[in-house]
Amino acid sequence: MSADTSTLDATERTRALLTTAEPRRRRTDRIMAALIWFAFLLAMVPLVSLLWTVLFNGAGRVTIDFLSYSMRGIFGGDPGGGIYHAVMGTLIITGCATLISVPIGILVAIYLVEYGRGPLARAVTFFVDVMTGIPSIVAGLFAVSLFTIFFGAGARFGIIGAVALSVLMIPVVVRSCEEMLKLVPNELREASYALGVPKWLTIIRVVLRTAVAGLTTSVLLAIARVIGETAPLLVAVGVTDSINFDPSEGRMMTLPVFIYRQYSQGLATCREGQANCVADIAIQNAWGAALTLIVIVMLLNVAGRLVNRWFAPKTR
Amino acid sequence: MAQRIDVKDVNIYYGDFRAVEGVSMTVDPKSVTAFIGPSGCGKSTFLRTLNRMHEVIPGAYVEGKVELEGVDLYGVDVDPVAVRRNIGMVFQRPNPFPTMSIKDNVLAGVKLNNRKISKSDAEDLVESSLRGANLWNEVKDRLDRPGSGLSGGQQQRLCIARAIAVKPQVVLMDEPCSALDPISTLAIEDLIQELKKDYTIVIVTHNMQQAARVSDRTAFFNIAGTGKPGRLIEMNDTATIFSSPAEKATEDYVSGRFG
Repeated sequence: MSADTSTLDATERTRALLTTAEPRRRRTDRIMAALIWFAFLLAMVPLVSLLWTVLFNGAGRVTIDFLSYSMRGIFGGDPGGGIYHAVMGTLIITGCATLISVPIGILVAIYLVEYGRGPLARAVTFFVDVMTGIPSIVAGLFAVSLFTIFFGAGARFGIIGAVALSVLMIPVVVRSCEEMLKLVPNELREASYALGVPKWLTIIRVVLRTAVAGLTTSVLLAIARVIGETAPLLVAVGVTDSINFDPSEGRMMTLPVFIYRQYSQGLATCREGQANCVADIAIQNAWGAALTLIVIVMLLNVAGRLVNRWFAPKTR
Repeated sequence: MAQRIDVKDVNIYYGDFRAVEGVSMTVDPKSVTAFIGPSGCGKSTFLRTLNRMHEVIPGAYVEGKVELEGVDLYGVDVDPVAVRRNIGMVFQRPNPFPTMSIKDNVLAGVKLNNRKISKSDAEDLVESSLRGANLWNEVKDRLDRPGSGLSGGQQQRLCIARAIAVKPQVVLMDEPCSALDPISTLAIEDLIQELKKDYTIVIVTHNMQQAARVSDRTAFFNIAGTGKPGRLIEMNDTATIFSSPAEKATEDYVSGRFG
């Protein structure tokens, strides 16, 4: 009887110990959880609203024809034409910018993580940080004035735009790749050295290979950062209504510049009884191009995810 | 193949800090030498100077001579990469390459160096190395699976297989069992006994029973106090160190009356 009572007492005491609710802590927990959810939802509002608006306004305009024709010979309210020239221009110029920035960016990141010591490394880090803050129009003007030295005033072609975008891209690539390379455990480097593998091969075969998924993400984020740049391309590459595949010759259209141009064109004046005239076609074109730009960025991200999955270290 | 190491009056630094001073010793070929001592006494640091891994750390350097069969490893014309090819190392925590399969981990020394190897030679090397590390029977059916999917003890034996696949003459082990359970530890201790037929082995351990079980000779390191350099107190046959050491500090340490 007494043994039972003491067991019961112990159970009660333990229950009292373990269930002690501190009302204050519980309240703080609830408030913080609510606050965090609220902040999350608040951050989602502009994103969802933006995607919805672009989809709503742009989806009707995006057709096969819209994606496969240029604006050559399209005037006023003519609902023909499309953004093929701008899509190609964006892909070519961003591609060139990536080709310039990624090798430079990754090599600088390797230097900073694997070799950099002392004042030089600190200086490189400092200037990379400074570059991150360069306004994009300044990058565009820099590229234009650089090429003016070699080609004279008025030169406008794709590579100039690619250089301008590279100025914006390189610091992003350096900083994010640096973080990715730092994540590679030092033990893997040591394991490689202990097998008699020289440092340069260790960097290529172990460090870069282990970090490749993160590096891909870094590069894609950098591309996403510059693919929507308008101002530098407006000054460096100019505008055109025609298709131009050659980045070393002649002006090129790009999606952001196209959007800007169409939107600033505003409403067309349609005469009474005129066939084939849509007053707000330019606005529709701008929305359609905006949707296409977002889809391109999303496709790039999906491709990046696939690359990640392919290269990520596996455990099974 | 196994070779002797003569260490002559070595001082080891991290920048300005002298971590180890005045160590002289001889490591006999085809034997197991154990380093014991309290944490921070410099035994791992000293082990890493034996294959020039110490200098990988920025600011770290070594004074004195470490001779492999009379050749100073710190001589001006000696290539540290070649030193590490001949003196392999197994680390405290198992560190298989996460992006590689079991097979590729064993072949890492060959493949990372971009050396060509025929398919049949590669298969032979994988099998002999894994057999040498007592791992073959456990993994022979899943050589193409990732090495990081193995258990901790298996990963450590994989790392040993990887180290012996480059055919070194000396194998250094830095607390190879400290992250493992007793059964895996036993497997690795048995393996060390096998390996000593072909290799010179130096092992750092915190486990005195392990030092007593596996080693032929034991070196006791100690440190006078925090911030002071570590020193080699005594080195002798393992049996002597554990039964009748010459120094009081050694006796206190091996009998657990330390500090």
